[in-house]
Amino acid sequence: MIPTVYFLILSAVLFVIGTVGFLIKKDLITQFMCVEVMLNAANLAFIAFARSTSSLTGQIIVFFIITVAAAEAAVGLAIILLVYRQKKSIKTEDSSLMKG
Amino acid sequence: MRDIFWLIPLVPALSTLILAVFGEKLPKKYISFQACGAVFISFLISLYSFLGLLKISPTEYPVVKNLFTWIHAGNFQANLSFQFDPLTAVMTLVVTAVGFLIHVYSIGYMAEDRSYSRFFTLMNLFTFSMLVLVMASNLVLMFVGWEGVGFCSYMLIGFWFEKHSAANAGKKAFIVNRIGDAGFLIGMLFILVSVGSTEFASINNAIAGGSLSHGLVTLIAILLFVGATGKSAQIPLYVWLPDAMEGPTPVSALIHAATMVTAGVYMVARMNIFYTTSEAAGSIVAIIGAVTAVYAGTMALTQNDIKRVLAYSTISQIGYMFIGCGVGAYAAGIFHLYTHAFFKSLLFLAAGSVMHALSGELDMRKMGGLKKYLPYTYPTFLIGAIAIAGVPFLSGFFSKDAILTSAFAQGQYLVWALGLLGAVLTAFYMFRLIFLTFHGKERIEPEVKKHIHESPPVMTTPLAILAFFSVIAGYIGLPVVLGKNINWFDRFLAPIMHKGHGHEAHLGMGTEWLLIVISVIVALTGIFIAYVFYLKKPSVPHALVKRFPFLYKLLYNKYYVDEAYDYVFVRPTLKGSEFVYDKFDLNIIDGAVNGAASGTGFFGKILSFFQTGFIKDYALVFLLGAIILLGLLIF
Repeated sequence: MIPTVYFLILSAVLFVIGTVGFLIKKDLITQFMCVEVMLNAANLAFIAFARSTSSLTGQIIVFFIITVAAAEAAVGLAIILLVYRQKKSIKTEDSSLMKG
Repeated sequence: MRDIFWLIPLVPALSTLILAVFGEKLPKKYISFQACGAVFISFLISLYSFLGLLKISPTEYPVVKNLFTWIHAGNFQANLSFQFDPLTAVMTLVVTAVGFLIHVYSIGYMAEDRSYSRFFTLMNLFTFSMLVLVMASNLVLMFVGWEGVGFCSYMLIGFWFEKHSAANAGKKAFIVNRIGDAGFLIGMLFILVSVGSTEFASINNAIAGGSLSHGLVTLIAILLFVGATGKSAQIPLYVWLPDAMEGPTPVSALIHAATMVTAGVYMVARMNIFYTTSEAAGSIVAIIGAVTAVYAGTMALTQNDIKRVLAYSTISQIGYMFIGCGVGAYAAGIFHLYTHAFFKSLLFLAAGSVMHALSGELDMRKMGGLKKYLPYTYPTFLIGAIAIAGVPFLSGFFSKDAILTSAFAQGQYLVWALGLLGAVLTAFYMFRLIFLTFHGKERIEPEVKKHIHESPPVMTTPLAILAFFSVIAGYIGLPVVLGKNINWFDRFLAPIMHKGHGHEAHLGMGTEWLLIVISVIVALTGIFIAYVFYLKKPSVPHALVKRFPFLYKLLYNKYYVDEAYDYVFVRPTLKGSEFVYDKFDLNIIDGAVNGAASGTGFFGKILSFFQTGFIKDYALVFLLGAIILLGLLIF
């Protein structure tokens, strides 16, 4: 059986890729995908622990996360679409109306 | 009857709700049908409950129906509960019967008004509030009705609010009433603190058991009476009632003559144990009542506005009711309340009919000789005037006589003498009104004369019914001289009126007859003087005015009390408010508010440094924050 720590390492790697991607990429679609990667990294960690402790809780939480991610995709993409209509661009630096 | 008497106030309440929501869209015919119908149903239930009350034994009084607990906080509990006993029965019957007739009359009187539905909504709301007031079984709920009628009074006095004077009169009534209400409220709090409950039954038990000191009882009694002087327009808070005549005439008849202004009398009668226990408080009530009766009577002598004469007359008659309550003859006071409701609302409605005929004319100097134009209004008005003047065999005679006899029997000779003086004045100014309006030569303006007409049947029928009751209403309370147990009204109310520890006063037959003869002579004298002054020798009043210009001016200007109040209370208040507004409000309050705003802005400016508008900056800060938190958790 593959040791749990391997899964966790993979999960951490995925999470860092997501985070860094979110910070350095400029367009919203990519950033959005990075968020999905982070979510899935978390999913992986949950599943791994669920397997090692043979409890169902982790698996159930994963279902929740998948649901949330689906909802988020729907809302997020809609927002991105509207941002594009307004600004004719989905670069983050073009949307800075909230500057104080 | 145990089950349905609590529906009495709810029927008008339901009707009010419907009219308030849909009134503007409903046809006038339906509005009048519903508004009058609701009051009529209330009347029928009252009648049914009254008959039920007669069947049960007096030991079961009062019948209480507790709907639910309304307020419960700590030891304090107030229920939404109604009660029914003889006093309530009399009040509900008067309110619903007179109220119904006035509602019907209003159909004709208000027919042309733009705000027809608003009028009937408020009239029904008033009926509801008044019924809550008289049926409440505790002080808190009674106060709700008390304020409810005050509010309706305000709304209806200012009904034609486009008129500046009407809007002002409404405000005046409301504010003067507030002063009285403060007394009532403080008295109520004292009761709550010392008795622990505001249910009438508990209050009566506590005082009968002697758990309150005599001084406290006197204090509470006086505070409650302050409330009564406000609502019932007694000295010193009577000033709002004459101005209240700015409202439509049916309102003056219903609220400012028959029902609401007598709420103070009802309250004193309801709390009679206080005034029986504390003789000092009782005397104060009697003396204030007697002085008011004369004082208001003198002011009515010189007024030329037909409704104002009636307004002062109302104040004066309520004074009589307080005399009755003050000398311990609560039944006599309530008896006068009951007869007064008929003849005074009759007089007001008849005056309204005169106004209707004369295109809204109120000035008696521009009337005269109306007898032949108003074949229905004149006789009914005359019956009302005879009844109020205290001519034998009509209702006003029996009730006024009952009060004066009781005052005499209790040894309150000064009060009795003032009452007699008031009776002369009453007879005089009422017949001055009759002679100036209906007799003598015509002084009607030609333009008005062209449109002169008798009112429609919908208005004259209520007049006729009220006139009928003004004649016969007194026969349920005949004087004792005619037989031992002849006064049914006294016996009916007796179970809920507390006897003083003083002596039960009995007068000899001869004395009683003498008193009756004296009051008859007094009434006839008043009428005779009016006849001489205004029909026989119309020059006499003018000569008197010339002879005593100062006295005339004093009376005509109502003793300058309005002006005095204006100088002593109104202006300093306004000046003080202006000062406070200028110094305190603009600088301190506004300063605090503006300071808070600019302070927030300042800190906002500093914090907005972090608000770059770039999502990535936020994400970075977020990440750093998460790492720091994680670090804190781990190490």
